[in-house]
Amino acid sequence: MTSLESFLSMGGYAGFVWPSYALAAVVLVAVLVASVRAARGAERDLDLIQQTRRARRGGQPES
Amino acid sequence: MHRFANPARFMRIATLIQPWAVGVTVLTLAAGLWFGLADSPADYQQGETVRIMYIHVPAAWMGLFCYTAMAAFSAMALVWKHPLADLLARATAPVGAAFTFICLVTGALWGKPMWGTWWVWDARLTSMLILLFLYLGYMALVNAFDDPERGQKAAAVLALVGVVNVPIIKFSVDWWNTLHQPASVVKMGGPAIDSTMMVPLILMAVAFKAYYVVVLILRTRAEIANQKLRVIRMAQVHAAGRAEIQA
Repeated sequence: MTSLESFLSMGGYAGFVWPSYALAAVVLVAVLVASVRAARGAERDLDLIQQTRRARRGGQPES
Repeated sequence: MHRFANPARFMRIATLIQPWAVGVTVLTLAAGLWFGLADSPADYQQGETVRIMYIHVPAAWMGLFCYTAMAAFSAMALVWKHPLADLLARATAPVGAAFTFICLVTGALWGKPMWGTWWVWDARLTSMLILLFLYLGYMALVNAFDDPERGQKAAAVLALVGVVNVPIIKFSVDWWNTLHQPASVVKMGGPAIDSTMMVPLILMAVAFKAYYVVVLILRTRAEIANQKLRVIRMAQVHAAGRAEIQA
């Protein structure tokens, strides 16, 4: 058995060790991606609405 | 403390901290995974399953830490009406729920080979499951009202009532007979765990904390922008209403 194979087999507990790490990775990445998209989306919407408001006031600075 | 309640100041501090938090997360996570998966020994009783500990235990710590933070932010929001405290509490809830969920599932994956069962209804496991439900209840309640302020107030009260569960979880292994092993890191007389296992455990704990900071900043930025959007839209609705009355 190569060392990679023995590493992957986790002493026969591969079916418990690797799913633990995989689940943690999937959940944490999902939360991170959702948070990045929420921040980008909200800040983009806010920029857009503020720009149109400024344009409607004929380029006047915000009071 | 009031100085940090200002969203503009928060944004300045957040932009300063964010790259550092990302860097710490990546570095400690890489090191923690290396030491946890490759460069640490198997346990003499538990074999290689002990590596589940490097996810399970830091995730459990984060579940408790995030709940305590959420309750503290909720208290600040209720007592001092900090404009940011509500947003920080809301931003913390999904992270805490995610870590609590990871803790429960990895616990089952560790319990099956070591205890012979995925789940037992004992004090530690049950109180941890209640923690997950408290997070889910908080997240449902905070969005349950048309008026976000009412939802935040109701959810903040829930967060404060539920904080009683935190010491119950921590001491459940001492107060009741349980299948779960007692504390071996944070206990009187110093940790009862070898340094080769302590190193990846601490690294993963730091990585999870830094990850929380990254996500907290992102979610709070989203909450601040959404709040501004709400105010602008309300103003537009009011302006449209006035114009209609005058016409």
